[in-house]
Amino acid sequence: MPTQHPSSTEIPTIGLEQIQLLEKLSNACGVSGDEGEVRKIVLEQIQDYVDEITIDAMGNVLAVRKSKAQDSLRVMVAAHMDEIGFMLVKDDGNCQFQFEIVGGIDPRQVVGKTVRVGKEHVPGVIGSRPIHLTDSEERKRAVSISDLRIDLGLKNDKNIERGERAAFATKFFQNRGSLFGKALDDRIGVATLIELFKHAPPNIELLAAFTVQEEVGLRGALIAAYSLKPDMAIALDSTPANDMPAWDGKENTRYNSRLGEGPAIYIADRSTISDPRIIDHFVKSANENHIPYQFRQAGGGSTDAGSIHRQRKGIPSLSVSVPGRYAHTTTMLVRLEDWQNTFRLIYSGLSDISPELFKSPR
Amino acid sequence: MTDALSILKELISTSGLSGYESEVREVIQKAWSPLVNELNLSKLGSLHGFKHGAAIEPRPKILIATHMDAIGLMVTGIEGEFLRISHIGGIDPRILPGQLVKVHAKEVLPGLVIKPPDHLLPESTAGKPVEIGHLFVDTGLTKQEVAELVTVGDLVSFAQEPVEMAGDVLVGHSLDNRASVAALTLCLQELQTLQHQWDVWAVASVQEEVTFAGAYTSGYEIRPDLAVIIDVTFATGPGTSDYNAFPLESGPALGWGPVIHPVLFREFKKIAEELEIPYNKDVLPKLSWTDADALQVTAEGIPSMLISIPLRYMHTPVEMIAFKDITRTGRLLAEFIAKLPLDFPKNLSWD
Repeated sequence: MPTQHPSSTEIPTIGLEQIQLLEKLSNACGVSGDEGEVRKIVLEQIQDYVDEITIDAMGNVLAVRKSKAQDSLRVMVAAHMDEIGFMLVKDDGNCQFQFEIVGGIDPRQVVGKTVRVGKEHVPGVIGSRPIHLTDSEERKRAVSISDLRIDLGLKNDKNIERGERAAFATKFFQNRGSLFGKALDDRIGVATLIELFKHAPPNIELLAAFTVQEEVGLRGALIAAYSLKPDMAIALDSTPANDMPAWDGKENTRYNSRLGEGPAIYIADRSTISDPRIIDHFVKSANENHIPYQFRQAGGGSTDAGSIHRQRKGIPSLSVSVPGRYAHTTTMLVRLEDWQNTFRLIYSGLSDISPELFKSPR
Repeated sequence: MTDALSILKELISTSGLSGYESEVREVIQKAWSPLVNELNLSKLGSLHGFKHGAAIEPRPKILIATHMDAIGLMVTGIEGEFLRISHIGGIDPRILPGQLVKVHAKEVLPGLVIKPPDHLLPESTAGKPVEIGHLFVDTGLTKQEVAELVTVGDLVSFAQEPVEMAGDVLVGHSLDNRASVAALTLCLQELQTLQHQWDVWAVASVQEEVTFAGAYTSGYEIRPDLAVIIDVTFATGPGTSDYNAFPLESGPALGWGPVIHPVLFREFKKIAEELEIPYNKDVLPKLSWTDADALQVTAEGIPSMLISIPLRYMHTPVEMIAFKDITRTGRLLAEFIAKLPLDFPKNLSWD
């Protein structure tokens, strides 16, 4: 009964309410395979707007908003709910657990950090040998994950067991135009997709996929795309902004993307060559609406589009990311204006998209 | 007693890097001011709290030293939005990437220590620890905002908030040595109801992490008959299991070695046993790398004792301590002071 949805006539923007939602999403823990806490927030947020909803065999949230038009394009928009983190793999019996990394975390980012363990967010610590006990040779070697422990203190009163997940404990905060938090890869995509879902452009059938297990191989998106059977897809993610100075003072030509320059449109990454028809459409929309954008430098990395574009008979796909610094560490940093412009681009691009776009062959 | 934990949490939520201790000193001043007769500052900024004894003058004096300074970072350069840093005190650069910090600029700015990706660093560091000179602090501000607010020389302190963990465990930065400041505060609280003959000088010393300058100068100024230094030592934990490490919550470690006056060791051991306070013997074959090394050789020499509280992950922002070891240390110290006879200095013989 689409007519009973809450009013969505105002032009949507990213403001205080959306930042507060991002904060909630960022502080939630959802390591790949254990996305329940994020899923719960997603369901709360979208339940009043859905026409159809499924939680599939892996835990993807697949939500549909019907079009108000005839023969409209079925557009899948994907954002992954999972984050990088840790799994406790061995109990040393003294409130200390050996752990493994889930997803891609540089082991050099792990030492000396606080984490939250399990569904109750039990505080834990990943400490290091005191500098006083190390020599200069030892300090030339990166600390091996197998030498580290997640330390719960002197009492395991919540009965934490091996198999439980841990995530970095960073709490979200804002300073001027910058937002800091853990797992903004890809909670910023999730927050964007929630906002889009609440204000779905009426010309399309919006197939929202809040996916699982992106960080361990784009796995949730694979079955989500199969089930949703879309005409095209957009993956909303966050891409690294490696826009800091190079050590030798030379020009940094491999920055991937830059903060402050707007949404990063993908041409190619390791797993997908974007559909040029969709790229052109969004670039045109950005230009017409005076929305800043940048092309993400081609190179490594991948998004859910890597799974989606080769599902069934092939699904034309594009990735659009909010540029963010320091992904896969304790804390990511994004600029609010980049997020706002990303949302504007997605909204404006989808608002005037039609099946015409795919009349000509790729 | 009940507010010692909240005082400690405030102490480890406060900056006060070596040479710039005023911020934490104000917190200590507030905590000590109802507990002592007089407070004054040394020329280098150490805080002295004086509590007079019950005996008639002239009374012997005991000095209790707990350093209040903390390790941290300093801005050494500005490159656009990014700040170059160096360290104050001993920091293993391997713990730095991903640490949240506070940049004490024209206003306090939140920031993050970051490691650039390997392709922007010398090839030789790929996959290896990155030295501090290649790390940055990112405040999220624009180049213009950074230029307006940040100056080379600005201090950068750790922003890790205190974390209370199961089993009365506390985690945070600067527990080395704010935990000992809390133990001394507890001792002063106990001395409100325990009569003591001696004059007590509670000292929160400066610059222990760099030069021991606070200990040397406060010792010289106060000229105590004996000194007790409270600091932290290694707690057993991942990668830390040698003879010089003690389990968390196994009680204070009583120093023994050339820096320690043997009579003081024996006296503390005796009192710990009488009170059934668990303790460890902390054998120190050479120096202790605490304020004790300085106080022992101040002026004509001061008989010194070192009591250490076991601490995991020393010199990281996630130092971990058992609160019970802090209360035990405070109580042991108070009982020692209360039991000190006026003629005790006469007994201080090395033989």
